[in-house]
Amino acid sequence: MTVTAEGPLPARTYDVAIVGAGVVGCAVARELARRPRLSVALVEAQDDVGQGTSKANTAILHTGFDAAPGTLEAGLVREGHDRLGAYAAASGIPVERVGALLVAWDEEQLAALPRLAAKAARNGCDGTALLDPAELYAREPRLGRGALGALHVPGESIICPWTTTLAYATQAVRAGVDLHLNSPVRKVDRNGAHRLLTARGTLRARHLVNAAGLHADTLDRMLGHDDFTVTPRRGQLLVYDKLARPLVRHILLPVPTALGKGVLVAPTVHGNVLLGPTAEDLDDKRATGSTADGLAGLREQGRRILPALLEEEVTAVYAGLRSATGQEDYRIAAHPEQAYVTVGGIRSTGLTASMAIAAHVTGLLAETGLDLGPVREPEPVAMPNLGEAFPRPYQRPDLIAADPEYGALVCHCERVSRGEIRDALASLVPPRSLEGLRRRTRARAGRCQGFYCGAAVRELFERGLPRAGRPTVAEPSAGKPYGRGGL
Amino acid sequence: MTAVRSVDVLVVGAGPAGLAAAARLAAAGAGRVEVLEREARPGGVPRHCAHGGFGTRTRPLSGPAYAHRLAEAADRAGALLRTGLTALDWAPAGPVLHAVGRGGPETIEARAVVLATGARERPRSARLVPGTRPTGVYTTGELQQAVHLFGQHIGTRAVVVGAEDVSYAAAGTVRAAGAEVVALVTEHPRAQTGPVRARAARLRDRVPLLTHTTVTELLGHGRLSGVRVRHRDGRTAVLACDTVVFTGDFVPDHELARRGALVLDPGTRGPAVDGALHTSRPGVFAAGNVLHAAERAGTAAAEGTRVAGAVLDFLAGACWPAPGVPLAVDAPLRWIAPNRLTPAAPPDRYLLRTGAPLNRPVLLVHQDGRLLHRTRPRPWTALPNRTLTLTARWAARADPEGGEVRVSTG
Repeated sequence: MTVTAEGPLPARTYDVAIVGAGVVGCAVARELARRPRLSVALVEAQDDVGQGTSKANTAILHTGFDAAPGTLEAGLVREGHDRLGAYAAASGIPVERVGALLVAWDEEQLAALPRLAAKAARNGCDGTALLDPAELYAREPRLGRGALGALHVPGESIICPWTTTLAYATQAVRAGVDLHLNSPVRKVDRNGAHRLLTARGTLRARHLVNAAGLHADTLDRMLGHDDFTVTPRRGQLLVYDKLARPLVRHILLPVPTALGKGVLVAPTVHGNVLLGPTAEDLDDKRATGSTADGLAGLREQGRRILPALLEEEVTAVYAGLRSATGQEDYRIAAHPEQAYVTVGGIRSTGLTASMAIAAHVTGLLAETGLDLGPVREPEPVAMPNLGEAFPRPYQRPDLIAADPEYGALVCHCERVSRGEIRDALASLVPPRSLEGLRRRTRARAGRCQGFYCGAAVRELFERGLPRAGRPTVAEPSAGKPYGRGGL
Repeated sequence: MTAVRSVDVLVVGAGPAGLAAAARLAAAGAGRVEVLEREARPGGVPRHCAHGGFGTRTRPLSGPAYAHRLAEAADRAGALLRTGLTALDWAPAGPVLHAVGRGGPETIEARAVVLATGARERPRSARLVPGTRPTGVYTTGELQQAVHLFGQHIGTRAVVVGAEDVSYAAAGTVRAAGAEVVALVTEHPRAQTGPVRARAARLRDRVPLLTHTTVTELLGHGRLSGVRVRHRDGRTAVLACDTVVFTGDFVPDHELARRGALVLDPGTRGPAVDGALHTSRPGVFAAGNVLHAAERAGTAAAEGTRVAGAVLDFLAGACWPAPGVPLAVDAPLRWIAPNRLTPAAPPDRYLLRTGAPLNRPVLLVHQDGRLLHRTRPRPWTALPNRTLTLTARWAARADPEGGEVRVSTG
């Protein structure tokens, strides 16, 4: 039950070290935690799990209907979809099976739909259906005019990416994995065991898993491999107000054509509507900003797909960086001579595939000579529900009767109670920033972005429950020039 | 199954409008008057406006003192102020609301509901300001609470986006917190505040005002490191700062209005109301900044007092008016409130906003091509984000069966 964020790293030699606590690294840690004989360290550069690409994606649980058949990715997405679907149901990770519609806006796109249906069938995704405009508009009455038809993929779902990563990490830590935060790896050498030189000192491990996401190529080169280069592909997204949620019922996907991919409009499990993403190849792995052009382009495309969406307020704007490697597949490779496995090039399907990737990587570790030992299933986790399709604490009279703090709402836009904030602060993998608290509770994630609750939430985060008699800044007396005109 | 409480009037929101309405209703013997307030304390936004400008000319007050006084008055009159209770949604029919608090869920049915849910400033995301997502990004509402209610540290150098009254209040809060105001930035050609205040900020406090300027990007990883600004003539610059405050650009907090399927006015984006503040939903009234984001607290309180009269008439058996004739504005005017004409009493005056500065404007009121009224309003110059008023004397000349009434500038 160890999470560390400061001080020197332990001097012991672990059986396995995993670099990168994103959704893939945490899934690998959770999978290895099923092997009680192994000692496992999960090493993360930042101060929280899931703080890189894992927190900024389209939050879709894919069927893999459009994966390139025969690729590693296709198989792992398919398997991961089923594994994560079952895991989410057991762990309280919100999932909604809303289904997807690939909407055709011109003849070329319409002609592509039968091919996509056949591809879906080859990927083992059944139940797709071609819809004519009448059927399409019956399903999505607010869709922009002029659509010629659609392919319905009933199995596509939406999921909470933050809860997924956190569930993996929580279960792993509870089962004995050591999570070491604030430990960016600067150098690796090998002397019988791997020695990771990090900002917090040296960590030793007999086996190494590279789940470093955007930086997987850098770590790979430290171990002498020049197999791929990660080129960050930025995706900017707009998150629309919850009042927009009734406008859309399915994930509205673009039909991929030679001219590239369009954007999607999708509901989120938190009750918002997403519009995006852009796709911009960059060379800066820190370029997680949005741009005026990017946002204007998204709005232009969104206006055609769902015109009424543009009338709604934007709650948040974010950008994620995909780990593009120039190859249309994952870059997962075992290097037995080094007791090392690389998990690179995990693109937007990584959230869906995460548990299957973890199982696959565990198999590869065994091939590099790791004796996995017996299996003991870890205790199930029960994650706090952030999804609108399931009862939130404020909607549960039983919970409020047992603890009134769940009825005391602090963040009004997202209806987050003091009880939930308290629980998050006391959790096994607690937040170390307000952003971390936001991903665990949704506090400050709403339409006011803190106008109402920001200071109160910060107070709870920094000082726990408010104390009486805290000094506040003296009020300027009335009548001074700054003191004119209240709201 | 949740217990159902019955009250005569349920007021949602204990800001100036809600408290003033509750005080008059309770004093006038409207029966059980309850105010739901989701915050821990009543008073609304003035609670954290720790500066003067509230109250009356003869009895000036600070925001917190004003908030306290309004709450006291409502309490003394016999209204029940229930804090820490959130109105969540409407029951399928009637003026009935579901709420939740530490005591669990409640359903409250009332003979009349007054929505006084106020307004908020649009945050950086809603304004689509590009860039990274660093910390140190505020609205005035959050900033004032951080500084005046919690004494939190806010940074050392702040850029204030906006140059209207609330922007100058935000600059004052920055300075009260011991930080420096780097500049006020406005897209407009001049400050939208009184000349005395603008001059004091510029000369006494040495805060530069950048006009015709927009914030085009936020910079920094982790903490804000600066904002990129662009002048209308194309020049750009980076202002180094660790804090930025987005001020003004108010929108009604209209979630309950929308959940209740109230007709909204396209201009104000708040509930559409007539002169007596009836909404489109029978039994539901609205008052304060949910109708016009945002006017001064005194205006909201006066409206609360006024809506109480209409509620009393309704409780005494007055009929709910038909939707009435829409009242709309032509650009550069942005909105007008109230914005429906019904046989009910016209308002004391109409409130408007312009999107561009108007020098000695003339306001024209037309219906179906017929000129109902022509006036030169004061002040001589109408500025964006400043109150502009129009008399309601012409309202009787409008045809209640006619087409929409339009207000334009000549």
